[in-house]
Amino acid sequence: MDKQATRDAYGKALVELGQLHDNIVVLDADLSKSTKTADFAKAFPERFINAGIAEQNMVGMAAGLAAAGKVVFASSFAIFATGRAFEQVRNSLAYANLNVKICATHSGITVGEDGGSHQSVEDIAVMRSIPNLSVIVPADGVSTRLALFRLYEQPGPVYLRLGRPALPLLYKDDTDFQIGRGIELRQGRDATVIACGGMVSLALEACRILAEEGIQVSLVDMHTIKPLDQDLIIRKAKETGAILTVEEHNIIGGLGGAVCEAVSENYPIPVKRMGIEDVFGQSGKPDELMQYYGLTVDKIVQNIRLLLKKK
Amino acid sequence: MKEITEQSVTITTEKARQMRRNIISMLGQAGSGHTGGSLSASDIVACLYFWEMNIDPKNPGWEARDRFVLSKGHAAPVLYAALAEKGFFPQDYLNRLRKLGSPLQGHPDMRKLPGVEASTGSLGQGISWAVGMALAGKMDQKPYRVYALLGDGEIEEGMVWEASMAAAHYKLDNLTAFIDNNGLQIDGRVEEVMSPLPIPDKFRAFGWEVLEIDGHDHRQIMQALNTARTVQNRPTAVIAHTIKGKGCSFMENRAEWHGVAPKPDEVEKALAELS
Repeated sequence: MDKQATRDAYGKALVELGQLHDNIVVLDADLSKSTKTADFAKAFPERFINAGIAEQNMVGMAAGLAAAGKVVFASSFAIFATGRAFEQVRNSLAYANLNVKICATHSGITVGEDGGSHQSVEDIAVMRSIPNLSVIVPADGVSTRLALFRLYEQPGPVYLRLGRPALPLLYKDDTDFQIGRGIELRQGRDATVIACGGMVSLALEACRILAEEGIQVSLVDMHTIKPLDQDLIIRKAKETGAILTVEEHNIIGGLGGAVCEAVSENYPIPVKRMGIEDVFGQSGKPDELMQYYGLTVDKIVQNIRLLLKKK
Repeated sequence: MKEITEQSVTITTEKARQMRRNIISMLGQAGSGHTGGSLSASDIVACLYFWEMNIDPKNPGWEARDRFVLSKGHAAPVLYAALAEKGFFPQDYLNRLRKLGSPLQGHPDMRKLPGVEASTGSLGQGISWAVGMALAGKMDQKPYRVYALLGDGEIEEGMVWEASMAAAHYKLDNLTAFIDNNGLQIDGRVEEVMSPLPIPDKFRAFGWEVLEIDGHDHRQIMQALNTARTVQNRPTAVIAHTIKGKGCSFMENRAEWHGVAPKPDEVEKALAELS
């Protein structure tokens, strides 16, 4: 299976969008080679603004550019875009409901060797709680590109969470990708896995393994954490009676939290949240870290088995 | 270079007086809000709205308009007074400052009130917006100018200096920032709370053209605006020496009037002084 990092797909899609639309401006905070906005900077230097190592001002400038009619894509690592500049995102972008897309790379523990200071495990939670702001976590390069095109068409502030490692390509270019609509990748009546980002391809593998034993598990790529596809979650809850959520994020407040909120208020069934268990990351190779923190195909299989016993 | 005439000074002086009266009245009715810093900035804002800026109240979204960002968003009453006087909305809106459902929020909300260019209030952020607007103007080669008004306490925010660095780096000569240097913040004198002094040297070191004026002298404000328009390749900071609470003798130079609205008897006394 071909692989591509979502950040690479982002960089390429930005250039494509830039060719189509003159009003797109891209900002970065001295990380353009890592976030891949460097591709856009090279293609459209007059529409690229480096804020330097100053994320708060980057977000504030994005607000001013958007207020002047630009469609702004602003990038940094997830930890800085959502942490260092949290209040700017909150007050300058979301409160003013401006057309700025915060596209942050290097989310989660797969940042790897840089360690815990650079591994955001809480960004979905904090961004999700800001009114007006949409939160998108694409599972592969193709859907990242499709998401970007959709986001351009839809005015308003967005947090797009991207990653560093190469991920298997799950989708085709003609996939019907809609913001706010989860994608059912597998149908099964025994349980449902709801995953986002890089965890979707691992969950897909886990579902295949279980299918060989005759356990049929549904899989939803919940690429939009907000606005959440509640209808789909409730339907899957009714159809399968048990849900496992999987994310490369703290189990508090992220995809798991969002799904629990929807399920407990509408159709209570057993839910198990898989993710980072409320600890910070550390240095290591991305694969080693995924093993260490239990974000593996084996663990997903194990958790589905445990969940089935609770039904 | 715009001509500074006796008549233009008479007009802006009268507008500033009317704005101060409206600031006192609206704050009195609201029962809360920021009086001192609205009054200290009244002359600067009056000169911007009634002499300098190219704006059209009938077409607030006009693309080529000049833009004013009230970075010290707590001085919202001075902005509301100017916008009402200019005709962006009916004067009776002012009676609803800080009331439930009012377009006149405690801090400016661009989504609720025509003429408000930026939703500000969290200090330090407005100047970044202004930098972004000035960048957009440069990018599109539009001739509009961008003005920001900051408090001298506000510049204690680190973000102000990130924005200042960027404004100089991108040679934004279409940007002018006024520092309302009234010397007071909530907890006392700025040099005692957390000294931002010397202010001119700091902006100069960050690559700005720096002017120092009496922020209540309309001729000096207009001259500074004229000078700023001739400066090339760098932004201009106008350090305006002002008096907090200017125009109401019992409020002048008193930090306790930062975030307090006048009571009915104080409203009466203030309006008498401003008649």
